[in-house]
Amino acid sequence: MKRFARLFARIDQTTKTTVKVAALAEYFREAPPDDKLWTVALFSGRRPRRAITTTKLREWAAEKAGVPLWLFEEAYPIVGDLAETIALILPPASRQTDATLSDWIAHLRALTDRDEEARKAGILDAWDQLDPTERFLFNKLLTGGFRIGISQKLMTRALSQATGRDEAEMAHRLMGDWTPDSVTWETLIEAEDASADASRPYPFYLAYPLEDAPESLGPPEDWHAEWKWDGIRGQLILREGEHFVWSRGEELMTDRFPELARAIDFLPSGTVIDGEILAWDAEAPLPFNALQKRIGRKTVPKTLLKEAPVIVYAYDLLEEHGQDLRDHPFAQRRDRLASILTDLPPEAPLRLSPTIPFTDWQALSDTRDTARDARAEGLMLKKLDSPYLSGRKKGDWWKWKLDPLTIDAVMIYAQQGSGRRANLFTDFTFAVWQGNDLVPFTKAYSGLTDEEFRKITAWVRKNTLQRFGPVRQVKPEHVFEIAFEGIHESPRHKSGLALRFPRMSRWRHDKPVQEANSLADLRAILEAHG
Amino acid sequence: MARDTVLSFTEKGLYCPAGDFFIDPWRPVDRALITHGHADHARPGHARYLCTKGAAPTMRHRLGEIDVQTVTYGDKLTLGDATVSFHPAGHVPGSAQIRVEVAGEVWVVSGDYKTTPDGLSEPFEPVACHAFITESTFGLPVFHWRPQEEVAAELNAWWRDSLAAGKRPVLGAYSLGKAQRLLSLLDPEIGPILTHGAVEAMTAILRDEQGYDLPPTVPVTPDTDPKAYPDALLLAPPSAVGSAWSRRFGPASTGFASGWMQLRGVRRRRAMDRGFVISDHADWDGLHAAIKETGAEKVFVTHGYTDIFTRWLNDQGYQARVVETEYTGDDGEGE
Repeated sequence: MKRFARLFARIDQTTKTTVKVAALAEYFREAPPDDKLWTVALFSGRRPRRAITTTKLREWAAEKAGVPLWLFEEAYPIVGDLAETIALILPPASRQTDATLSDWIAHLRALTDRDEEARKAGILDAWDQLDPTERFLFNKLLTGGFRIGISQKLMTRALSQATGRDEAEMAHRLMGDWTPDSVTWETLIEAEDASADASRPYPFYLAYPLEDAPESLGPPEDWHAEWKWDGIRGQLILREGEHFVWSRGEELMTDRFPELARAIDFLPSGTVIDGEILAWDAEAPLPFNALQKRIGRKTVPKTLLKEAPVIVYAYDLLEEHGQDLRDHPFAQRRDRLASILTDLPPEAPLRLSPTIPFTDWQALSDTRDTARDARAEGLMLKKLDSPYLSGRKKGDWWKWKLDPLTIDAVMIYAQQGSGRRANLFTDFTFAVWQGNDLVPFTKAYSGLTDEEFRKITAWVRKNTLQRFGPVRQVKPEHVFEIAFEGIHESPRHKSGLALRFPRMSRWRHDKPVQEANSLADLRAILEAHG
Repeated sequence: MARDTVLSFTEKGLYCPAGDFFIDPWRPVDRALITHGHADHARPGHARYLCTKGAAPTMRHRLGEIDVQTVTYGDKLTLGDATVSFHPAGHVPGSAQIRVEVAGEVWVVSGDYKTTPDGLSEPFEPVACHAFITESTFGLPVFHWRPQEEVAAELNAWWRDSLAAGKRPVLGAYSLGKAQRLLSLLDPEIGPILTHGAVEAMTAILRDEQGYDLPPTVPVTPDTDPKAYPDALLLAPPSAVGSAWSRRFGPASTGFASGWMQLRGVRRRRAMDRGFVISDHADWDGLHAAIKETGAEKVFVTHGYTDIFTRWLNDQGYQARVVETEYTGDDGEGE
């Protein structure tokens, strides 16, 4: 564990990508194969089966630290991370150990079959021989979610440096449904012929936001335009008579969208499609709100399948007849995609995301302004001669989103942040006018600069009217412009409305509270865009 | 009811009616007793100031021409019907807790404090009282400070490693208190310590005028030639780290010292290369030990994790409550 802890500390201590990659590459050259394999697994979101519930971990840690459970629970949101809270709250270890990362994982796996008493003893014993960094990492193995500032891109770069293999190949090798039990370091990383399993997706190509005028992209005839849909980006894989659905975050979502299983009836094996999963009402996409009900559900009740059925709105073809098409120009891939989708009957769970023809940028810009009517977030621009790259690379794919909707609102409650923002007030509730009352309608956490957060934090401390536990009611004095992507009815909220992606886009120092918007203004936006 | 009137909590600050004075007020008043020179405790605009001999010179430097009377730790002073004395708080050089006694009832205002000696500030002295007014900047059980010599070893190792990697170590710290504490921990054998003007001013007062034991420093001026100091470490207020001022000394390895560096999230937000967990405030165990030693039944919690800490104190059998103030303690952001 010491070697792994050293790697983590080196990565965590720097903000420079080159240093992180160098530390990882060195580790991948020197660590024992089992440790390396587990490191790749952990940093790509795979982890050992949960040996202990987090409830038990909290109880045991609080008990060992001699603090009441409520105090532990208060400290946790401020620290922002359960593994770290436990690591910090426990008394110092009484001894040391040379056990490696894979030794500890084996230790944890052995505990899963034991009774609670044995598990507790095993965990307390581990805590007592790990230093704070090792303890934090050990706890991460228990609590899951190893998000520690290592992107897939960074890891593939380091693997490529350590092995001398191509970065894109590394990225592809790491995709898919493997676990440290199903592969070895040798078969996953080093073997000449990476015999992929059928579910392995291609790394997604991600677009950059277009910030300059579209004219900067050159002649319009080099570009393809289509709507930017507000759904879930997904890769539909049909291979060996099976189908798999992957999210952009490399999560296997096959079971969440059972209606996509029928794709096998209409398309041959050896087909991989990139597209948007959307809730669909036979002719057009439903608002994101409908799809939202499907997210996070591992099994879908029948009524919901009827209420919010999904389709794949296809926009790219990555594999046809088992052949990788990613090096082919976009125009060609798109033509082939169109030809395999054209004659599909309406019951097929796939549609071709339509092309938006245009000849000059101004006309396209006018079309973009109507995106909300099409239930889209804006436009996608793709270069016709571009290959399908991996990761976020500038130049060939651009997202050209609509400007967000905005409303001016009054800050009425404030709460301290957690983790990165533990000592600042960063979580705010905003209200709009209804007659002489301020009605809360949304929370927002982001959009201000660190400097602005510092200023508002100092102000909150001096202008608290009342406290409700961690929440402070503050003087209604500051107006913020709240930007958001959508709005819909929501009986659960006091205002009867809910916003999508609300954030603070501007601190309106220039606006007196009386001039903030009203609930009627919000309702008008709902009528126009809901 | 006289028992409750030693200090009252007003909109201007903590007020003693029996002696007609305020302690660390945040609005201008006639007479202000000041625990220490940090900006949230010693504010400008009062007609008369009273503080320790150790705190006065840096306060004068910060606040300019002020009318200030000084006392020695432990001296008893009569103000109206109140008896007042100052006792070391261990926070920064010259910092004090203020003991106020009215008709046999004793209250202690601790300002900011830490209980472990740092080798520089006058060590914290527990003062028996009926009511204790405490901060709670780090009033959560996740804050435990390691022994100072361990962190000092980390600091000096970082200095050496940075030089070996061709980087200039640039260390950010409050110019009053934290900077001098770091100076006393840094090993002058490694190289010279170059200081930013704000740090140098406070250091010069404490070392040269007041005789605190601090190593020599080299103030940076526009004429300073970076090449003449290949082994030097730069000590500056956090705002100067990464600024044009420090950039002319070449590629940097940046460091920041604060209790907040215990939290990985805060460390990451600061985006410094290294965070050193060094605080001039009491950690969880320190807060407790301090409160327990006073023997106080009543505890007023002024700044920090006030709600949580107060609830915990009440669980422990104290009569504790939160008092709204405008103190910020260490907000982790630097000056």
